Amino acid sequence: MRVAPQLLALTLLAAGVALAADPPAPNRPIPNPQSGRHFATEATLSIQDDDFQNPAFLWVEEGEQAWAHPAGAANTACATCHQDAAQTMRGVRARYPAFDPRLGRVVTLEQRINQCRTEHMGAPALPIDSRPLNAMATYVGLQSRGMPVQVDISGPARPFFDAGERFYNTRRGQLDMRCGSCHEDNYGRSLRADLLSQGMSNGFPTYRLKEQRVISLQFRLQGCVNDVRGQAPPMGGEEFTNLEFYLAWRAEGLPVEAPSVRR
Amino acid sequence: MSAPIGQPRVRLPQQVKVGETIEVRTLISHIMETGQRRNQEGAIVPRDIIRNFVCTMDGAVVFSMDLAPAISANPYIAFPLKVTGPATLEMVWTNDAGEQRKASAQLRPS
Repeated sequence: MRVAPQLLALTLLAAGVALAADPPAPNRPIPNPQSGRHFATEATLSIQDDDFQNPAFLWVEEGEQAWAHPAGAANTACATCHQDAAQTMRGVRARYPAFDPRLGRVVTLEQRINQCRTEHMGAPALPIDSRPLNAMATYVGLQSRGMPVQVDISGPARPFFDAGERFYNTRRGQLDMRCGSCHEDNYGRSLRADLLSQGMSNGFPTYRLKEQRVISLQFRLQGCVNDVRGQAPPMGGEEFTNLEFYLAWRAEGLPVEAPSVRR
Repeated sequence: MSAPIGQPRVRLPQQVKVGETIEVRTLISHIMETGQRRNQEGAIVPRDIIRNFVCTMDGAVVFSMDLAPAISANPYIAFPLKVTGPATLEMVWTNDAGEQRKASAQLRPS
């Protein structure tokens, strides 16, 4: 009678310590994710699967040129520090967005490229979703093609992940829909002329036929929020960056498909 | 003020033989603005498309086409070509303003 409460307290204490060190694994509504290519038409995929015909490779070539081209006050190029992108950038797209301990927040691949520009090259940050930034992100992304998406949500990154998950699951806009209203509850069904995908982010940056250009993931997210008649937060801001982090975890294990082609 | 015509991409099969019909493939970066759209202020965005594409083989035209506003941005043009021997292919894209972008490729039959 006297020992039992002590044991109970110890057990609770141990459980409390474990909780603080490692929050429970998040709930995974789609355990076996399917890439957006699963929902794309054959005609669209034939463009994507041919590296010559895929127009996103025009952006890849621009990024490749910029990689070796010195810019900014320090007169350095990406290649000055990172040498051959095929080796140094391999796997980078697969593990981004990632927590940056110095900034104390999660950064996307695009933001990381801009960080390099402002802090090491003395060059101005490129506007989010601008052609030169999309070109660089596409070129860097290509180096991880085929590698499984795997982001680290442990430790200090977890609150940012949770914020992204909250954004994902919050109903918004005049249509009062959450991201999952389409991409969890109704994927595989038609939305007007299109087939709803699971909203997996492994193909970004993507050449979108509607826009006739390469778009960044956050540009697409703005489109999604506008479509439910909501007010989209700015690209490159905290909300979308956390959401992009959550989406990457959601697509865990899917091969990086950048640059994909989508309708 | 017309948009710049981007760097073209041209691809021939790696191995070609005399007498064979090959596919010449090209892709060029261009906005192909239709002239039908309006900007935020409601003013028409002036038409700016690649109007014409010509491919010559050692000076003789082997393929040409006129492009129309309905053709999407970054036009991909592919066409068949019968290989008669070693030759130089010259390709020219011309936009509405008459500006040109050129590319060339060598045919070296084995």
